[in-house]
Amino acid sequence: MSGSRLPSGGRIDRTRPLRFSFDGRNYDGYAGDTLASALLANGVEIVGRSFKYHRPRGLYAAGAEEMNALVQLESGALTEPNRSATGILLYDGLSARSVNTAPDAARDWRALFDRFGRFLPAGFYYKTFMWPHWRLFEGPIRRAAGLGTAPEVPDPDLYAQVNTQCELLVVGTGPAGLAAALAAAPSGAQILVLEAEHEPGGSSLWTADEALASWCRDALTALRARANVRILAATTAFGYYDHNLVAAVERPASGRFRERLWKIRADRVILASGAIERPLVFPGNDLPGVMLASAVARYARQFGVKAGERAVIVTNNDEAGIDDLRAAGIDIAAVIDVRDEVGPLRAGGRRRVTAVETRHGRIACDLVCVAGGWSPTVHLFSQSGGSLRFCNVRLMFVPDRAVQAIACAGAANGTLAAAAAIAEGWTLGGGTPAPDLPDLKCGTASRPPAIWSSPSSGKAFVDYANDVTKADIALAARENYVSVEHLKRYTTLGMGPDQGKTSNVNGLVLLGEATARAPGAVGTTRFRPPYTPVSFGALVGARTGERFRPRKQLPAHCWHAGRGAAFEDYGWQRPDAYPRFGESIMEAARREAAAVRQGAGLFDASPIGKIEVRGTDAARFLDFIYVQTMSTLKVGRIRYGLMLDENGVVIDDGVAIRLADDHFLLHPTSAAADRIATWLDEWLQCEFPAWQVTIVNVTAQWGTVTLSGPEAWSHLDHLLVDIDLDPVRFPHLSFMATAIGEVPARIARVSFTGEASYEISVPASYTASLLEALAENPAVTPYGIEALTILRMEKGYLHVGTDTDGTTVPADIGFGTGIAKKKSDFVGRRSLLRHEASREDRLQLVGLSSDRLLPVGAHATADMRPTCPSDGYVTSACESPTLGRPIALALIRRGRSRIGERVRLYDLGRFHEAQIVNPVFVDPEGVRLR
Amino acid sequence: MLTIPCPHCGPRDEAEFVCGGQSHLARPDLASADQDWAPYLFIRDNPKGMHHERWRHAAGCGLWFNLARDTATHEIVGAYDIAAHPPECRR
Repeated sequence: MSGSRLPSGGRIDRTRPLRFSFDGRNYDGYAGDTLASALLANGVEIVGRSFKYHRPRGLYAAGAEEMNALVQLESGALTEPNRSATGILLYDGLSARSVNTAPDAARDWRALFDRFGRFLPAGFYYKTFMWPHWRLFEGPIRRAAGLGTAPEVPDPDLYAQVNTQCELLVVGTGPAGLAAALAAAPSGAQILVLEAEHEPGGSSLWTADEALASWCRDALTALRARANVRILAATTAFGYYDHNLVAAVERPASGRFRERLWKIRADRVILASGAIERPLVFPGNDLPGVMLASAVARYARQFGVKAGERAVIVTNNDEAGIDDLRAAGIDIAAVIDVRDEVGPLRAGGRRRVTAVETRHGRIACDLVCVAGGWSPTVHLFSQSGGSLRFCNVRLMFVPDRAVQAIACAGAANGTLAAAAAIAEGWTLGGGTPAPDLPDLKCGTASRPPAIWSSPSSGKAFVDYANDVTKADIALAARENYVSVEHLKRYTTLGMGPDQGKTSNVNGLVLLGEATARAPGAVGTTRFRPPYTPVSFGALVGARTGERFRPRKQLPAHCWHAGRGAAFEDYGWQRPDAYPRFGESIMEAARREAAAVRQGAGLFDASPIGKIEVRGTDAARFLDFIYVQTMSTLKVGRIRYGLMLDENGVVIDDGVAIRLADDHFLLHPTSAAADRIATWLDEWLQCEFPAWQVTIVNVTAQWGTVTLSGPEAWSHLDHLLVDIDLDPVRFPHLSFMATAIGEVPARIARVSFTGEASYEISVPASYTASLLEALAENPAVTPYGIEALTILRMEKGYLHVGTDTDGTTVPADIGFGTGIAKKKSDFVGRRSLLRHEASREDRLQLVGLSSDRLLPVGAHATADMRPTCPSDGYVTSACESPTLGRPIALALIRRGRSRIGERVRLYDLGRFHEAQIVNPVFVDPEGVRLR
Repeated sequence: MLTIPCPHCGPRDEAEFVCGGQSHLARPDLASADQDWAPYLFIRDNPKGMHHERWRHAAGCGLWFNLARDTATHEIVGAYDIAAHPPECRR
């Protein structure tokens, strides 16, 4: 091949030269070039190496079906692997490299793999690299047979996403697509038209038929003038999903974002995506200089690039576009029509094609134009669920039955002649009467295309992207991979970048020949999204970094930050502790915990769930939700409760407060607040739709501050002089709705520390003021989650999900008594009646006392073997500042009947010793709560 | 990606909804036998064809409703109130 720029012609702007580099060498191109056309114009013959054998490869196609010229575009953070050079619009300064070549495509050392080709047939590694272990070979093999490399630093570019809907979506702006849109436009319907190329027009951009080109130009002008039609260029529809949802990715040449993902819900889709010309299967058909005939014509007419000087055309049909080639000024040395009993045929040459050899002799050439017939681009139709039918006359899969609102027009429907394609598009678009058609040349197919592959020996490629040869398909058939789906997976035919675009029909025709079946009987694999590769950036959109999951900050976040809080994400950003200079988090936590036990501590409990349940049926609804009876709770009082799922497993715990006869406030666990609110609503709506209950999640509406410790009351009494908080008149588990000054406040006597506590809720925006007022007293110590965890562990208060697992029932954690007395049913109750739920050998919550801190997750073992069955495990552990020794909570088999026993625990190769004790380490009588 | 007709908000994208699984399950009472309770907990139909499910319009009105959907063709036959009986149970 000796590609060169034609002196004139093409849609490039010769007044705007552009510089670019490929494989480290600098070249020139023009605005309007693709990277592929510019490489061809510069005479670059080898643009890549094949996937497995590292054979030299040149440009084969001009559109999305190009699979030799895969490049690594740019470098560093902006790099993009495996982009097809045909889809990259040239820009000044563009830099690209061939993928998986060393040092470059022209001089790749792995080319020696090709010599060993006969030892590397399809599936060779399944058979060869079994001993001693595949793992030893996997690395080198994967490196050898790879593509581009993923970027290693974050992508700085913006990716956008749009959801939209339209009445008609037209995919493709060739003659058929334009006709469809043009016919539908006068109806006023909202029409979206997608074009994968950077310029709309489809085949009219390179046709030699001037009447067709001018009709399409006029159609485009007319469409652009209409307000109800939007044309998106450089936008590839890559996926078709249920209910007419089409996904497309836009790659604008410039603008604020690099790519934009479109999710389009269309009432109706007209697929006018054209057709892809097929290769023919003969040895040497992958040499640089062997190209699709249509691609050669397109490079000449659209980009003003001559792919070679002297061409041989090899064709199996009458639609090879020979006129287009002649019009491009290419000297045609011979036209070989394989329907004429040509016999053996091969392309010769080492690094590029130099001749075509037939039984009649050798024809010297630098370009072979291959025309193996057309494959309608039916990918989206197939993805939509539509079935395909093999046409034995035209040798192509054409759309058969649609199951969604999609119809195909033009070449995508197998209608290759432009006049007929326009008529088809026009009719689908609802146009009447017939369009004012130009006098177009009509296809004059005198003979149907033929099934043919060269009988010559040598590597004849079927799938260029994965180096699958005719011999590989024969091998698969011999080894009984006769289903087309098995063939695909065994040989990788049609996988990877090609996705069957060029390889599908040739592959299954050959499989049919090897198994004595007609192509239609072999069938085809179902096409799956995406049609062309889609970047992760487009799919992820803006949901990266800080936007991946927005941080939830406490209303008083700044106040905590000002106190030196170390934050941790618990769904909310919460203070873990307030370490002083030189203190570790755990040292700070122990200091804070001790301060609560000895004086008073201040905790921001704002994320605690707050769900208001109100209505005449609220009490009986809560009786159904909680294990405990809530209807007997007195107004102004508080009761602890457990929630189960229908399996009887504990899913949450927390207190319920009765604000009024028909009004409750629930405090589910902080992390579960939203989930529990949704779950309550599901029970109410689905099981008791007639009950008069309203559920409102007011968690974020109130900020909650807890003052806890033996001195809590005296500090509070000093501050809130108007409110009577005397622990005798306002004891543990009581509640008041009051006001601090003008600010409404809800004060609850509940405790998760084991100390007398006052939990004060104010409207969220007042949280910081309340914290500030309470912390003014230097005797009040702010404490974080870690201190709270220590305090609740010392008191034996469990944390659902930490000290319980997916099997824990109430009896396992000491809430078995009393259930039998409850009169009504509740969620999960029936499951508690199963034998399984009352077995004595269940895991039960106990405390563990040990000399060393126990690792959470250590398993109790019956003997010294780490493989023996688990007898339970450690769920929480800490160094207790109150007791001055390590403590732990654990779920231990028959635990409650084994208090006092010693157990051995195993964790990561180490054994630990502990004694089973009552889980309440501090104040088992509860006197400190009062 | 389905278009789901919320009975309260109209047709919306599936992304706005949460599927709650098979609908019209009768919750057995406390006196039920294990053999009746276990299917309520664990056994669900898995039809190829018409299926009745409950969905919640999570990113919309927040209401649960029933949906009759063909699992093979993805055709949605109808959406109806959570408390209503299926309009035409073709199972």
